[in-house]
Amino acid sequence: MKKVIMGNHALSYGAMLSRAQVIAAYPITPQTQVVELLSEMCADGTLNAKFIKVESEHSAMAACLGASLAGARTFTATSAQGLALMHEMLHWASGGRMPVVMGNINRAMAPGWSIWTDQNDSLSERDTGWIQFYCSSNQEVLDTVIQAFKVSEKLMIPSMIVLDAFALSHTYEVVEIPEQEKVDAYLPPFKPAFRLTPDDPHAFGGLTSPDHYMEFRYKLQKDMEKVPALVEETGKEYEKMFGRYLGQVDDYLCDDAELIFVTSGTAGYTARVAVDELRQKGIKAGNLRIKLFRPFPFEKVRSILSKVPKVAVLDRNVSYGHHGIFYQEVKSAMYGQSAEPAIFGFIAGLGGRDITRNSFQEIAEYALKKERPEEEIVWIGVKK
Amino acid sequence: MSKERKMTLTIPQEELMSPGHLACQGCGATLAMRYALKALGQKTVLCIPACCWSVIDGPFPYSSLDVPIYHCAFETAASSASGVKAGLEMVGDTETTVMAWAGDGGTFDIGLQALSGAAERNEDIIYTCYDNEAYMNTGIQRSSATPLGAWTTTTPVKHYKNRPKKDLIGIMAAHRIPYIATASVAYPEDMIKKYKKAKEIKGTRFIHVYAPCPTGWKSRPEDTIKLARLAVQTGYFPLYEIENGEKWTLNLKIKERKPIAEYLKLQGRFRHLKENEIDMIQKEVDANWERIIKKCGF
Repeated sequence: MKKVIMGNHALSYGAMLSRAQVIAAYPITPQTQVVELLSEMCADGTLNAKFIKVESEHSAMAACLGASLAGARTFTATSAQGLALMHEMLHWASGGRMPVVMGNINRAMAPGWSIWTDQNDSLSERDTGWIQFYCSSNQEVLDTVIQAFKVSEKLMIPSMIVLDAFALSHTYEVVEIPEQEKVDAYLPPFKPAFRLTPDDPHAFGGLTSPDHYMEFRYKLQKDMEKVPALVEETGKEYEKMFGRYLGQVDDYLCDDAELIFVTSGTAGYTARVAVDELRQKGIKAGNLRIKLFRPFPFEKVRSILSKVPKVAVLDRNVSYGHHGIFYQEVKSAMYGQSAEPAIFGFIAGLGGRDITRNSFQEIAEYALKKERPEEEIVWIGVKK
Repeated sequence: MSKERKMTLTIPQEELMSPGHLACQGCGATLAMRYALKALGQKTVLCIPACCWSVIDGPFPYSSLDVPIYHCAFETAASSASGVKAGLEMVGDTETTVMAWAGDGGTFDIGLQALSGAAERNEDIIYTCYDNEAYMNTGIQRSSATPLGAWTTTTPVKHYKNRPKKDLIGIMAAHRIPYIATASVAYPEDMIKKYKKAKEIKGTRFIHVYAPCPTGWKSRPEDTIKLARLAVQTGYFPLYEIENGEKWTLNLKIKERKPIAEYLKLQGRFRHLKENEIDMIQKEVDANWERIIKKCGF
């Protein structure tokens, strides 16, 4: 069945089709429609789940974790300040191996108050041990929620589905809603090996001495390293059942490119329009959209970027005192590779400023003109 | 003879706590857990935030309790328990009692928001605050449960706690939850009766357990029960219940309250107090006692 829905509702439908059993959430613009629709679904019985209407995002994640440890499939959604308030509990989720799936609507951090998009909220949680998927369309949002539960529950690592505020969260697109029966066949019920139950009493997360702590973290990293292959496997399985492949990255005209724009989120589709325009002018441009950001898809990124002389990384974020974060990550992935392209870093679109076709034209002009980047950061569209 | 027999009948023989836990000598919080679990039985799940009990239970891979435990974040006892209850119900377990078990810091201070949220939603959980009147696990820092006049490592004797203990029961009563009770390790029959009663009630149940701490109070381990009893007998910690925020019941009537000085003098944390300061504390205790017995209909 096809429906015209907003990105936020794509998250809700994804959670519904995944048969989330416990949802705990707190409202924040621009996330509210996600949980409004879910609370309606819970109220009218469309979704057999308990919705805990908590008093903060910190409690939202805490309640999700308790429910997850009790053996229930759990979902929540938040944004920006809400995600930051959850920070402590994000570590708790991954450290405690609780496979919660959460939608995060990328919104710029205050002050000053901004409800518009940029990525500093989710990227500030880069090192909390969560899988992070950056989506570019409402269809991808819905499909990725279902896939994320499968990946998360297999490896017992939580997942964050990230989408741009307004540019995706409030944009209506045609979305194919998969049939429940087929989703059930793809995603079996959550059955963790250990859970909180008096029938088999264990203490979870207790005092852990230096004799044991490091091994827990080593195991988390080792399981994180299994994510890319599992995303491939589950993405191909999804394609077989639903006709849509869900991969780690999404490449567009990269094979013969002389310049590749590396993007994430909705900027990817804008980049493609720019790629088409450049190709009409005889410039061989391409676009590599990074969808799986944590763990970083080293293999995919290396195989695509080692074939190209120039790479322009677009960041809708900044690590103050360093570079754009995707720029850092791409450079670190390409360091020491036999074919290392010239990699340029651009920052645009902070706090919801538009990233347009012209932004990419400007980026292409700079990158094609210079042999090597001459500035640490090239700012696009900033009033200096 | 007949009295002794009654004791063995009122306190269940089942032991859900094993020896080998890591509590200090004379720890009131440890006794409190033992009694609470005797009353609630094995079909109980605990959510324990950062507090003495996150150490007492024992380090990974050990546990001194025969019930499952979720060691949760400091401020999340109530929100974690809310989630656990919802999760258990969704996987078909509607019988297990879910109990948040937090210290005074995790309840009066950092966990108060989550507790208020859970109480307002009337989550089907028992929340126990075992109150040793300071952050004992981190080395005796003051909390908002620390009483007037007390020394702690952050309220040195030259600047002792000059504000009274927060009226947490008053805050909880304002939420109009089905059941609130105070309990003391010096009165195990009363305590067990309250936990058994709480177990049968649906909704949020809050039990405030008075738990002496020899390490933090600078008292003798063998005085723990004596101190807990004196706290009740002086009217400093009355034993009472509140049903639905409205019906207040005094469980132990005290004809003649002992002077608070008797209680204070057994504890090093009050050693610096001069007579006029003890008088000030006596007045505070008197006012609290009057307020509570009035609500209980006296």
